Amino acid sequence: MTRIRFQQSLENLKEKLLIMAGLAEQATQRAIDAYRERDLSICQQVSRGEIDINILEREIDQAALDLLAMEQPMAGDLRFILSVIKINAELERVGNAAKSISDRVRNMQKMAAVELPVNIPRMATMASEMVRKSLQSFIEADAEAARVVLTMDDAVDAMNKAAFKSLIKVMEEQSHLAPQALNALMISRALERVADHATNIAEDVIFWVQGDDVRHHKSLNLSADLKDKGETNAS
Amino acid sequence: MGVGIEVTNLDAWYGTTQALQDINLNIPANHATALIGPSGCGKSTFVRCLNRMHETNPLARVTGTVRIGDLDIYKDAKPVEIRRRVGMVFQRPNPFPTMSIYDNVAAGLKLNSYNNRHVLDEIVERSLKNSALWDEVKDDLKKKSGASLSGGQQQRLCIARALAVDPEVLLMDEPASALDPVSTSKIEDLIFQLKAQYTIVIVTHNMQQAARVAEKTGFFLNGRMVEFDSTDKIFTNPSDKRTEDYITGRFG
Amino acid sequence: MRREDNLKARIRTLIDDAATGLAVLSTVLVVAPLVAIFVYLVYKGAVSLNLNFFTHNPAPVGEAGGGMANAIVGSAILLAVGSLIGVPIGIAGGIFLAEFGRGTKLANAVRFTADVLNGVPSIVMGIAVYSLVVVPQGHFSAFSGGVALGIMMIPTVCRTTEEMLLMVPNSVREAALALGVPNWRSVLAITVKTASPGIITGCMLAFARVAGETAPLIFTAFGNVGWSEKLSEPIAALPLQIYVYALSPYEEWHRLAWAGALVLIALIVMAVSLVRYVTSRGVLKGAS
Repeated sequence: MTRIRFQQSLENLKEKLLIMAGLAEQATQRAIDAYRERDLSICQQVSRGEIDINILEREIDQAALDLLAMEQPMAGDLRFILSVIKINAELERVGNAAKSISDRVRNMQKMAAVELPVNIPRMATMASEMVRKSLQSFIEADAEAARVVLTMDDAVDAMNKAAFKSLIKVMEEQSHLAPQALNALMISRALERVADHATNIAEDVIFWVQGDDVRHHKSLNLSADLKDKGETNAS
Repeated sequence: MGVGIEVTNLDAWYGTTQALQDINLNIPANHATALIGPSGCGKSTFVRCLNRMHETNPLARVTGTVRIGDLDIYKDAKPVEIRRRVGMVFQRPNPFPTMSIYDNVAAGLKLNSYNNRHVLDEIVERSLKNSALWDEVKDDLKKKSGASLSGGQQQRLCIARALAVDPEVLLMDEPASALDPVSTSKIEDLIFQLKAQYTIVIVTHNMQQAARVAEKTGFFLNGRMVEFDSTDKIFTNPSDKRTEDYITGRFG
Repeated sequence: MRREDNLKARIRTLIDDAATGLAVLSTVLVVAPLVAIFVYLVYKGAVSLNLNFFTHNPAPVGEAGGGMANAIVGSAILLAVGSLIGVPIGIAGGIFLAEFGRGTKLANAVRFTADVLNGVPSIVMGIAVYSLVVVPQGHFSAFSGGVALGIMMIPTVCRTTEEMLLMVPNSVREAALALGVPNWRSVLAITVKTASPGIITGCMLAFARVAGETAPLIFTAFGNVGWSEKLSEPIAALPLQIYVYALSPYEEWHRLAWAGALVLIALIVMAVSLVRYVTSRGVLKGAS
């Protein structure tokens, strides 16, 4: 088998990305734990972890750039490196979202704890499950598993929308609870972003494995339907 | 203007060795088509079947059909006639060493008894302009010999020589493999411009080059054509695993 | 370690110098006889060179003031006839061997014949042409002399032509064929033209070789004391004249023989140089 060094470099790149993935998952989990236990020390860990994530993001991008320049990758190798770069960015944003949540938790510590009509833990579980599954599909190069992740996004979106509605209602009707409601809203929003990032990762995996660009499938299909009906798409 | 090439059930032999097996291919007009594959895969043999240069080897034999435009080149014409419609540029630049630049470009016409001075002057100028060499040699056309130019210039001279007889197809067998990167870029830019007037088939072992200049690419392996598709598909997501293995360098 | 390398290096240099020395010595040994001959010829022959030598024909024995004008002209004529016969046939043969008959049995036969012809002793050649031309014609002639010389030129011209043509890279032939040039035209206009410097050298080699041949002329050209009017007459030739004079018992004729030998060598050198000069003017700058 030729190009052993190149293949080794690809393996190294993959491992680096997996470490990045681990850090992002860990950050998410910690942020959720901090929320559940209202533990500021965990927030500290999230902040420190953020630095590691940022450093690794730069390393991965640099390694990928070098491979593109030096090795002229083609076909599957090219798609792999491209998806590594994109997944890298998504994971860094997952880290950001985790930090957001952790900041909200800090903010909430200063306030009284209240019951709010929103199931943050359930959203959190779903979102982190999506992240785990999408990364699993990357490790195993399994496009079908990635497609499953795509279907889970709707549920999280729905929960976020519902949270939005009920929290707005709380803020209107019980304005003294507005600060807590706002924080909860922002946490919900952050979790919805995590789910989106997991979806993107899954799409990148599908692109890598099958050469299929499945991004924006919803809006593309929608505009196709609208065209069929004779209505123009407002852009 | 260029014409398309239609190849059907082409087999080629050197004596008892079969060099090509059942090649079927449609090369589109006014496009550049690249043929890639490992050494000995038959791509050069294939290209030489398109202008019947394969036959210069006394042991060569061909079955099947090659149509260039409407012409069945094996049934309806003689090799000499075909080669005036299908030009060829070789791997190593081969200008005629005893001839000046002018004579080199005009060789294809002069040696076919075409001698009208005025028209020859025009054709030489036009061919040299089309091969991006005019500006560099216009003052030395008859004074300098073809062999006194640099490698890249010599190759462009050979291209001009091939274009002077006004072919419809231009075959290029690894035209830039003996050249430095700057000359290579010049030749590639040239191919891009020539596409408008000619059908170009380029054999190359440099995949990046195929990717840069050709709309369609065919992958040859062991005398067969494994895959033929648009270049971007071949290089980003080929259908056949053998193509993928070759392109990514996984070949043993 | 270092001292060993030093010693090895010095031995290598020594061997290198010795080899260079041997090469120089060999060159000297090869060139020396040539130079010696030439110097001796000049020494012995120059003294007898005068205008008469180039303008007068041989005088009867005893008379002074004779020359070799007719022999000089005669040699020129014989060589011209010989070249007219030998060069075209030789080149055609070479072209056939290299371009059209490569590998065929006929080509092998032709090559073999040329080699045999090359080895035929010049006296035998003379006798052969005597039987084939002189006897049927009934008389000695310049023509038969030219035939003999011409036949002797053929093998050299043919083999050199073949070799020079084979040295033309195949890429040049392919370039011509790919332009749709018919094979015969490509051979003549391109391959032969590319090889022409070498082919011309081959012709000159053959020319220089037969220019000094004496034996084949004895029974064909035969020699002449005066001018020859027609090709069907016997004709004088410089080598022949030198031979006759050298074997004679007369002092005067010996001196003329020396002068003749000097002139013969000088003429050959001049002829070869002239051809070289003319052909080098025609070759474009930068071509091989």
